[in-house]
Amino acid sequence: MNPAPTWNLITDVQQMLAYSFMVNAIRAGALVAVVAGVVGWMMVLRRESFAGHTLALVGFPGAAAAAWLGVATGYGYFVGCVAAAAAIAMLSPPAPGGGGGFVEESALIGTVQAVALATGLLFVSLYHGFLSGLTNLLFGTIAGVSSSQVKVLLIAALLCLAALAVIGRRLFWASIDPDTAAAQGIPIRLTAAVFLLILGMAAAGASQVTGSLLVFVLLVCPPAAAQQLTARPGLGIALSVVIAVAVTWVGMGCAFFSPYPIGFWVSSLAFAMYLLASAYRRSIDRGWRRPIRPHVADRPVAP
Amino acid sequence: MTETTTESRAAELTTETQPHATHPVIRMRDASAVVGGRAVWSHVSVDVAAGEFVAVLGPNGSGKSTLLKVLLGLAPFTGTVEVLGVRAGRSNKRIGYVPQRRAFGTDLRIRGVDVVALGLDGTRWGTPIPGLTRLIAPRRYRDRRRRLEEVIRLVGAADHARRPIGECSGGEQQRLLIAQALARRPELLLLDEPLESLDMASQAAISAVVRDICRREGVTVMMVAHDVNPILAHLDRVIYLAGGTAVSGTPDHVITAEQLTKLYGIPVDVVRDSSGRLCVVGQPDVPPGHHVGDHR
Repeated sequence: MNPAPTWNLITDVQQMLAYSFMVNAIRAGALVAVVAGVVGWMMVLRRESFAGHTLALVGFPGAAAAAWLGVATGYGYFVGCVAAAAAIAMLSPPAPGGGGGFVEESALIGTVQAVALATGLLFVSLYHGFLSGLTNLLFGTIAGVSSSQVKVLLIAALLCLAALAVIGRRLFWASIDPDTAAAQGIPIRLTAAVFLLILGMAAAGASQVTGSLLVFVLLVCPPAAAQQLTARPGLGIALSVVIAVAVTWVGMGCAFFSPYPIGFWVSSLAFAMYLLASAYRRSIDRGWRRPIRPHVADRPVAP
Repeated sequence: MTETTTESRAAELTTETQPHATHPVIRMRDASAVVGGRAVWSHVSVDVAAGEFVAVLGPNGSGKSTLLKVLLGLAPFTGTVEVLGVRAGRSNKRIGYVPQRRAFGTDLRIRGVDVVALGLDGTRWGTPIPGLTRLIAPRRYRDRRRRLEEVIRLVGAADHARRPIGECSGGEQQRLLIAQALARRPELLLLDEPLESLDMASQAAISAVVRDICRREGVTVMMVAHDVNPILAHLDRVIYLAGGTAVSGTPDHVITAEQLTKLYGIPVDVVRDSSGRLCVVGQPDVPPGHHVGDHR
């Protein structure tokens, strides 16, 4: 039985906030979305989406194992994701060309992903729990966030953002131009490893709201949309966060008033935002791109 | 092995612009580079004086990029390699470096000016919050902004610095990268094939930019080049890497049909046009008997 929405948004919101699980969900959603918006922006810039996706999936066996062992699933997500991030960082071969990053389509990442899904299923069958447990782990639920989980998410979010704030500028350089960054003494591989750990934390947090399979939605869609909208790094990160928080909250509202799961709503809204941003970029590019003028290249250089 | 004319000219420049007048900018004595168990080149002794425009030439796989990496301390070496008076790798903060590259992907939607700014403060810890710096340290913000504008104007990138760098042409990207390397007023600029895959107009324009940086700003420039012709007129010194070692001297001395034929192992002609400019003809990419498959 779902509560019926009215046309008055304020009453709708009041109706939602009357339930303590919804208050928790909205808090958790905001924390997760802010982190995913920032970390995801860097992930998209570094083209580490595949690694991000894998880290998110590893949360699934972590959470399933936690359920089986009788521990809160929240910790399972974090242990699984951060352990996988450390494994990928340590075992990955260095990227060709000496840049020092990780090979994006590395077979190792794919293998970790396959093992993660398989062990996740094993833990679920060992657990013998009620059947909806599996769906919740994979696709998320709004009713599942407890107050203590919100606290854990808050600490994880602060850790992620603080770590990212410390290495931000160096990471940015190492991401777009590893060769020059290395020449100026930035340790590329260490920086990449630290970022993978941050990404693992962010993925673990997001998993608890959207489920393991749909984490991607928060990590990729808002940053990708933001990068279509602006080429300024600061503004891009801010837009990414705004979009992530907006789709999460609106998605939660929709899930509250409808029989469909939160993962579906958040995914669809985020995808819609990406489509809108792409359409906007197309329309700008049409008006902007002119044929290259021949005199540009050999114009006198300095006044 | 140095010509007296170059020496005296470089000495003049040195006293004007460089505080390290007694030291050459680059001093290599019996240096060897070993990459993956193979000696790329060995027994190389080269001096580069302050303010010189030097080209590093040679066939593919002769270790041109490795030479720059050795100077930055990024590749292992034996022997003496001193850069700006200290051991290679200890003076990187005073060196601007533009590595050899494939172009930035078209999907990299970051403004050129943000990439240039990394050269200024990209190694600092922390994350700048736009607007906040302006508010709490307006003076630093202004200085930073002025230096960025100055350096972007110097390389002639003012009209495309605010576009996403992925959308810029190869020549435009190259200008922005040179600007990044120049941001902190380096004393030495190392450029790895900056003219690669550019059309002739852009090659001439970038060559002129680099020459101006060398002559007006007094920055010593070492440029790895595949084709010497676009820069030949501007050069003070040529370092030719071939056959596992190096020959260094003025262009007139090194770029002769006799020398090049010996270095490449196939016939190479050097012609002089009506205005006295040198031109290298028949320069091969890979001489016969050269190992194909070894690379930087």
